[in-house]
Amino acid sequence: MQKIGVFVCWCGSNIAGTVDVERVAQAVANEPGVVISTDYQYMCSEAGQLKIRQAIKEYGLTGIVVCSCSPRMHEATFRKTAQAAGLNPYMVEIANIREQCSWIHKDKDEGTEKAIILAKAAIAKLHLNTPLKAGESAVTKRALVIGGGIAGIQTALDIADAGYEVDIVEKSPTIGGKMAQLDKTFPTLDCAACILTPKMVDASAHEKINLFTYSEVEGVSGFVGNFKVKIRKKARHVKADLCTGCGVCTEKCPSRKAPNEFNQGLNKRGAIYIPFAQAIPNVPVIDTEYCVKMKTGKCGLCATVCPSKAIDFEQQDEIVEREYGAIVAATGYKLINLDNFEEFGYAQNKDVITSLELERLMNAAGPTKGTLLRPSDNEHPHEIVFIQCVGSRDVSGCGKPYCSKICCMYTAKHAMMIRDKYPDTKVHVFYIDVRTPGKNFDEFYRRAVEEYGVDYIKGMVGKVVEKDGKLLVQGSDLIANEQIKIEADLVVLATAIEPDPSVKNLATMLTASIDTNNFLTEAHAKLRPVESPTAGVFLSGVCQGPKDVPETVAQASAAAAKVIGLLAKDKLTCNPCVANSNELLCNGCSQCANVCPYGAIEYINKEVNDHGKREVRRIALVNEAVCQGCGACTVTCPSGAMDLKGFTTRQIMAEVDAICK
Amino acid sequence: MQINENNKEFKPLIVAFCCNWCSYAGADLAGSSRLSYPANVKVIRVPCSCRVNPMFILRAFQRGADGVIIAGCHPGDCHYTSGNYFARRRMTLLFSMLDYMGIEKGRTRVEWISAAEGAKFSATMNEFVETIHNLGPNKKLEDLRCKE
Repeated sequence: MQKIGVFVCWCGSNIAGTVDVERVAQAVANEPGVVISTDYQYMCSEAGQLKIRQAIKEYGLTGIVVCSCSPRMHEATFRKTAQAAGLNPYMVEIANIREQCSWIHKDKDEGTEKAIILAKAAIAKLHLNTPLKAGESAVTKRALVIGGGIAGIQTALDIADAGYEVDIVEKSPTIGGKMAQLDKTFPTLDCAACILTPKMVDASAHEKINLFTYSEVEGVSGFVGNFKVKIRKKARHVKADLCTGCGVCTEKCPSRKAPNEFNQGLNKRGAIYIPFAQAIPNVPVIDTEYCVKMKTGKCGLCATVCPSKAIDFEQQDEIVEREYGAIVAATGYKLINLDNFEEFGYAQNKDVITSLELERLMNAAGPTKGTLLRPSDNEHPHEIVFIQCVGSRDVSGCGKPYCSKICCMYTAKHAMMIRDKYPDTKVHVFYIDVRTPGKNFDEFYRRAVEEYGVDYIKGMVGKVVEKDGKLLVQGSDLIANEQIKIEADLVVLATAIEPDPSVKNLATMLTASIDTNNFLTEAHAKLRPVESPTAGVFLSGVCQGPKDVPETVAQASAAAAKVIGLLAKDKLTCNPCVANSNELLCNGCSQCANVCPYGAIEYINKEVNDHGKREVRRIALVNEAVCQGCGACTVTCPSGAMDLKGFTTRQIMAEVDAICK
Repeated sequence: MQINENNKEFKPLIVAFCCNWCSYAGADLAGSSRLSYPANVKVIRVPCSCRVNPMFILRAFQRGADGVIIAGCHPGDCHYTSGNYFARRRMTLLFSMLDYMGIEKGRTRVEWISAAEGAKFSATMNEFVETIHNLGPNKKLEDLRCKE
């Protein structure tokens, strides 16, 4: 019989407010095996933990039940407490009486009754616990960063600077991401390229960083410290080792039909192209959809003009398999599709543009060489309307329910820059709220209004229609309480951002979870914001939620710090809650191996002693370093030989029994 | 849905097996967001929905449970890549058999609830409790010898 101590936490009033903690402690005091049952204000505090440690020693406890918050919160804490008092850490069970009891029930009697039952279930389970010993596994000292935008670059640089190898996998032909497309950055109006490109060069020149551009992750297997990743290096049709980046091929290419992605499709590029002048690597890519040679077999001009014979029309995709200790997702964002917002006429009018398109129109390397010209007729716009929250904070289902966070600030930036460069241009901004929490952000916005005379109108735009070559913007001014019409030359939509669509597939591969808006979920909203719930997988940048550049860089460095902490370890403690097979019951049928997602089960011929009868049998053997403890095999096993340590069939049955009493 | 007048006093007992990686965390989120659901629901944490042995469900009914729900990760999102698919197949089979034995299909359920879906967890549990309320107490399979 176990000697069990039960410790009921008040969690201040979080639990004690709805659950009569004293009654819970008394109600379980006479359960079989319970030798001490007590309550305390904060069990997780130093004093609370001391109480537990003292009780373990004083009563010679063999196991403890802590009735407190979710085990996802403090199980690790109390396991350490137990260990410090000489108890095996796996002789600890948590009854979740906060998240799954006190916080959701209002009636104190009901809450208390439920808490008692949950405590009894934990006691029943603990009776069947056995001390478990965690094994160890080695750590592959290399990290994978998926996504080569500012988030991925910063994470990779920080990890590499700590002395660990990093691979960056980027799906487009160059690193740099969305930040490379920006003209200036708020609130300091730094030129985006001036602060980003040195980082891109650092990343490519770093001896510890390996770039896989124009590549995608195809498959991920393994677990923390030991991931195996398949990377598809898409065929560039240009031999990177021979190419000197002279760019002759891109100039001579006769096909000029492909939309230039880097300029948001505002102009065209050749079928062989380098995305932008500072692209890294500076190696062109052939777009097979537009290349005349790839489609018809006739042309090949690029191969003729290439001085270093780098063009290779036959090049195939290549699959590379690499091992990593940690994986960082930094897949970034895209603008939402505006099909649901017909009222703004984005599809019909060339002069209704997104903010990212405006960013390219104002950039010196953009399609207009930095002169602000309307896309329809290349004339200077004299009246510009910005519309905020296009698709953000939209609960109608057309857009996204969340705030995209960056739009208020970049619109203030755009408005300010336009007024600065073209003082004769009128700028109006329609907004719902202006949100400027951030260092020097509100000051920045006020400058736009006070110094640059930007006309901010609180209200939404109902419709944008074309009228005599102008755009008639009809909106409401909520403060003046009147309908207004503005004849604008250019309308800029602050379009909502959403996670890059690749994240869904990636989340499945990484077994990382995504929320209802497809942002990757963090392990804890406040305390573990850069880790995913899957051990060894970390989050960097907008893939976790909308962020501006400074926040992205901060999170990228935070993710890097977590990765460095992981890679610095030589050994990782494995989860001891793994499957094991009872050799006397196993008949070697192989069904468990068929369902094991990790290939952790092998078969051996072993001499077993079955009640004095010695014979050689084929039996299952679980590789404890590979098993992750899902328990699929335990249910599959027809003879009941497979069981899962920590969640044994008898333990779960005991919980069922206790709950259904 | 209206609660059946005859069953007003009836307090159903519901056992919820929740995957540690998604639904259990979803239940935690429901808790920290204070999204209430009836106290009749008692959660048992399992590492994966595929750890739920049909025996556990039979045992729950045998011991007097009125409804059993298994909550796991959305298809494709299993923490262990494929466990929820095993659970889905096993439970489809088991629930059909239970239905044949007289335990109505409404009493058994598999739901996919992610760690971010606290609201879904709460809504699912509220709705399930209501369904069981209307079905009334379960008598089938119940083993009176188990009662003290």
